[in-house]
Amino acid sequence: MPPIDIDATVIANARLSSEYSVLSLAAPEVGVRTQPGQFVMVKPAGVSDPLLRRPFSVFEILRDNKGAVIGVSILNKRAGRSTRRLYDLAVGDVVSCLGPLGQPFKPVASPAKAWLVAGGVGLAPFATLAETLALHKTDTTLFYGARTGEELFYLDFFEALGVSLVLATENGARGTKGRVTAPLEASLQALGAGDRAMVYACGPEPMLKAVAELAARYQQPSQVSVERVMGCGLGGCYSCVVPVKHGDEHANLVRSCISGPVFDGAELVWE
Amino acid sequence: MGVMTPDLSVAIGSLTLPNPLIAASGCFGYGLEYDQVVDLSLLGGVVSKGLFMKERQGHPPPRIVETPAGMINAIGLQGIGVHRFVKEKLPLLRERGARTFVNVCGTTLDEYVEVCKVLSQAEGVAAIELNISCPNIKEGGIQFGCSLHGTFDVVSAVRKATTLPVIPKLTPNVTDVASFAKAAEDAGADAVSLVNTFLAMAIDVETRRPRISNVLGGLSGPAIRPIAVRMVWECYQLVKIPVIGMGGITDARDVLEFMLAGATAVQIGTQNFVDPFIWTKVLDGLSEYMTRHRLASVSDLIGAFDPTPPKAGHA
Repeated sequence: MPPIDIDATVIANARLSSEYSVLSLAAPEVGVRTQPGQFVMVKPAGVSDPLLRRPFSVFEILRDNKGAVIGVSILNKRAGRSTRRLYDLAVGDVVSCLGPLGQPFKPVASPAKAWLVAGGVGLAPFATLAETLALHKTDTTLFYGARTGEELFYLDFFEALGVSLVLATENGARGTKGRVTAPLEASLQALGAGDRAMVYACGPEPMLKAVAELAARYQQPSQVSVERVMGCGLGGCYSCVVPVKHGDEHANLVRSCISGPVFDGAELVWE
Repeated sequence: MGVMTPDLSVAIGSLTLPNPLIAASGCFGYGLEYDQVVDLSLLGGVVSKGLFMKERQGHPPPRIVETPAGMINAIGLQGIGVHRFVKEKLPLLRERGARTFVNVCGTTLDEYVEVCKVLSQAEGVAAIELNISCPNIKEGGIQFGCSLHGTFDVVSAVRKATTLPVIPKLTPNVTDVASFAKAAEDAGADAVSLVNTFLAMAIDVETRRPRISNVLGGLSGPAIRPIAVRMVWECYQLVKIPVIGMGGITDARDVLEFMLAGATAVQIGTQNFVDPFIWTKVLDGLSEYMTRHRLASVSDLIGAFDPTPPKAGHA
């Protein structure tokens, strides 16, 4: 289905911390079309500063108490001027929301396991993926790393879906101390012969590279969601390119907005 | 007579466009990327990404950075080359009823000529936009676009190689852009388009490093619009061939401003990223303006700017 553009009213903007918020938007037409891993391009409506929209994975598909889709949410982390504006939005403000865009994750079903590896704000695409995997009754684990224990969000949400949690924090306050790739590697090592785990990853680029390489080393497939500076989200501007393997020596620069943001981890060339 | 439907058509040399709105090169992919959000036949025209003879990879990312009311880009003319364009894209553009302008690049005068010859033999090319103004690559034609002789020579050479309308795209990074429009006219250009982006840079003060990989890039967006309008007016006063104006257009009023300054048609670039559904909104806005001002033809607005100073105190 083609993407649509909605002037979406802010239903809620829940501040999870001084940096993170979950911005809920009344955009049912976007919500019903969204598949896990797809993204929206958003900006406050009617302003020319910021000029360009910013890409966000759809975090949740919002439903009313009868189950009807009423919108989507995004997980926003204050980083620059645009994300600061989004963090400060109030209920009733209006956001231009274009989507859904991009290639979604491919879900797996039993006997394959699903391992979701999230770093920080990279949690965003995994709420919808976990819901879909739960429908498939796939054995799902979330490997979730953050700087501190306070920045591990939505754990109840994933537990309610039956997702096993493996946590890591840089300060060791919760879960393993250090990078989330350490417990991931331990789990990959522990896989029996013939076991198959689809490793999904979203987070900082060094983490994506490490996850894709670990998955490859243990002969498991991976799907990674990349984030690049993006201009349009539709393939028009050629800003968001990533190098993808092409033949033995060459890499092609492909647009992550239309060929991604989800790529086969083995297909990407890491710098 | 019933309700008058405003006539939005404009003529660029032998070419008649149903309306003056053209999608700018580098801001609309090959057109087909936007097929799912806009009916390409509704646009006056679509300009392809810049094409050389061969494929190009472009610059490494990051390729863009947002700046106040604008953006700086250095994509580096990533493109599929003219042969793949003719084979893979042109038939689909024809099918969709798009009026396709092809943005032609070259590292040498011969390459411009050869690319134009390929396009002359293809079916479905409405016009050639000669890219002699990309600020982002060393051998991307800017050496032609920043010299009056170079501009004259490349337009003359291409003029001899094709019967398609030839529209050099001019750089604003010169002292007097109108003299370049005149050189292009003298060499046989059918129209000129302007402006390409303004050479610019942005620095990350935390890291002290450039915000984009190429260090320098081209500034576009509303930030450049008043300068672009001025340049279009200067060119309009000096040349007789049509001027296609662009630079930071966001709505119908901006289109009208360029047309009053002398543009026969306009291109929309950066705003297309902000709002890919802009086209029908601008067309509606133009029709509304014409009805309100009781205008029969949008062509009547071209250069209809009245330089009488405004009254003091007028908003």
